[in-house]
Amino acid sequence: MIETYNLSKSFGSTHAVIDLNLKIAAGEIYGLVGSDGAGKTTTMRLLVGALKPDAGDATICGYSVGKQTEQVRAQLGYLSQRFSFYEDLTVLENIRFFAEIRGLSRQEWLPRCMEILTFVGLESFKDRRAGQLSGGMKQKLGLASALVTRPKVLLLDEPTTGVDPVTRQDFWQLLIRLVSTPERLSPSALGPAREGEGVAVILSTPYMDEAARCHRVGFMRNGRMMVEGTPSQLRSRLEGCILEVRGISISALRQFVEKIEDVEDIHTFGDKIHLRLVSSRADSVIAALNRAFPTGTSENPECRLVPPTLEDVFISLSETS
Amino acid sequence: MPDPVVITENLTRRFGNFTAVDHVSFRVEAGEIVGYLGPNGSGKTTTIRMLLGLYEPSEGYATVLGFDAFRQSEEVRSRAGYMSQKFSLYDDLTVQENLAFYGGIYGIRDKQRIRETLTQVGLSGHESDQARALSAGWRQRLALAIALVHRPQLLFLDEPTSGVDPSARRSFWDLIYSLAAEGVTVLVTTHYMDEAEYCGRVAIMRDGKLLALDTPAALKKQVVPGEVWEVHAEPLQSALNACDNCAGVLSVGLAGDHLRMITEKGTTEAGLLLGLKSSGLSVSRLERGEPTLEDVFLSLAKA
Repeated sequence: MIETYNLSKSFGSTHAVIDLNLKIAAGEIYGLVGSDGAGKTTTMRLLVGALKPDAGDATICGYSVGKQTEQVRAQLGYLSQRFSFYEDLTVLENIRFFAEIRGLSRQEWLPRCMEILTFVGLESFKDRRAGQLSGGMKQKLGLASALVTRPKVLLLDEPTTGVDPVTRQDFWQLLIRLVSTPERLSPSALGPAREGEGVAVILSTPYMDEAARCHRVGFMRNGRMMVEGTPSQLRSRLEGCILEVRGISISALRQFVEKIEDVEDIHTFGDKIHLRLVSSRADSVIAALNRAFPTGTSENPECRLVPPTLEDVFISLSETS
Repeated sequence: MPDPVVITENLTRRFGNFTAVDHVSFRVEAGEIVGYLGPNGSGKTTTIRMLLGLYEPSEGYATVLGFDAFRQSEEVRSRAGYMSQKFSLYDDLTVQENLAFYGGIYGIRDKQRIRETLTQVGLSGHESDQARALSAGWRQRLALAIALVHRPQLLFLDEPTSGVDPSARRSFWDLIYSLAAEGVTVLVTTHYMDEAEYCGRVAIMRDGKLLALDTPAALKKQVVPGEVWEVHAEPLQSALNACDNCAGVLSVGLAGDHLRMITEKGTTEAGLLLGLKSSGLSVSRLERGEPTLEDVFLSLAKA
């Protein structure tokens, strides 16, 4: 549904996106992850045709973004970081506005709007002014506006920045339902009406817990795709490498770690410390820790290997050049 | 034992019929990092504003650094730093000029102190950069420098790393830890679970009430009602529906390409597998998961 071929874009001497090759299928939620300036937003803008690539091309549902922009836009729903509404229009009026600029007739938009509002859980708020919605409801209205044309491809640029966990959970349940095959879904006809395929979603995010919910994740850095894979594939790169330590002060631990080559990184949390170890060195590091802090002294280490998180993977990739 | 830096006793604030903060009592000791977690409208910001003396409590009281937060708010504010999520920098001023300007508001005219603060946050060498040219991570540091320039004993951070990547967030937090080690007390509001993990203790607020306040580990142990599992099963949606009838399953949700499940305490892998199978799930993989602060939050939100 979304493909790019050696897609590249520079701004002056800054290479924002370099030789990007993406392939995202229907029913897939793909997370584009990276630091500020890694090229995530530029990629999104290239995909919607808001920027012209210097080289390469992208296709959406088989249409070239550069040459068939109109056909492409007909397939796309886009929720940008700063989506805006008419605050003094109601929820329904806002969606109607989006529907009408996309050329939908009244016969089409009214039932569809109601369907979408039900889907996102805003049906009882349809007459409320957009300015009086909570942050989470605004988010859902944004999603509803992006869905009104029944897009086959949904682009979400940092969709849940500034949203509380309960709302975020809801938002994700909506996304997952959206990409699931429509036949298995309840009455909603949100997916493409003709085929039995779900929507393809690409979203950018700086949050690793969000990335962890995607089917597949790509890490971008300095415009390049560093690594791609499912969250479990990516995490398996550091399997057995993250040691959680409690009961030792951070200063004592830092002193200890300086002498141990097998520790690559220390990560402090509020009430624990994570060490990133060289692969399969956990036993020797735990043994060394127990020797350095024998029982009965004031420091009393409690160690256990924990599953690596995507954040651990991200940090370790950011360090390698 | 020195006196707590923050004491609130039945702290309450009403706006008309609406109770934004409802009889909240807690203490924060010097050098602690305490996170405030809660959805929008749960009372986090109103609490902070009362601690800064911007709102008068409708009931109860707060003392901050030994001063009454409302009646002696000048004393409090001269000793507290505040970094807002929507901090404003002057984009066409340089790093140095921004800090000198904000320092001036606190009466800091000492060039040495300005230099010192920039070094502290790792911005030395960038004095002449224009603020607009800074990345999100660097802007964050400049905002922190502005909150620190008058050597506050207490620092309020409102969603400090919203929108920055993990590397920048970690170096930001390393700075916060070194401040706390020097005895600065830090209160952080956030709705990111990732961020709350960095705090020594976490307060969870909802509808103006303080639901819990403890270390992340203790919260996970006490609040999450059982064992956490990551379940891979196909097809996902029907697996989700089938789980509702499975004995011992307390809650289940979609997590990307798999299900995340909380079961009753003491559930074994074999037992769960059997239960899931008899509910009609074809499980391709079953793994134990780590409880997260998100699990804590969602469990509390449901209760």
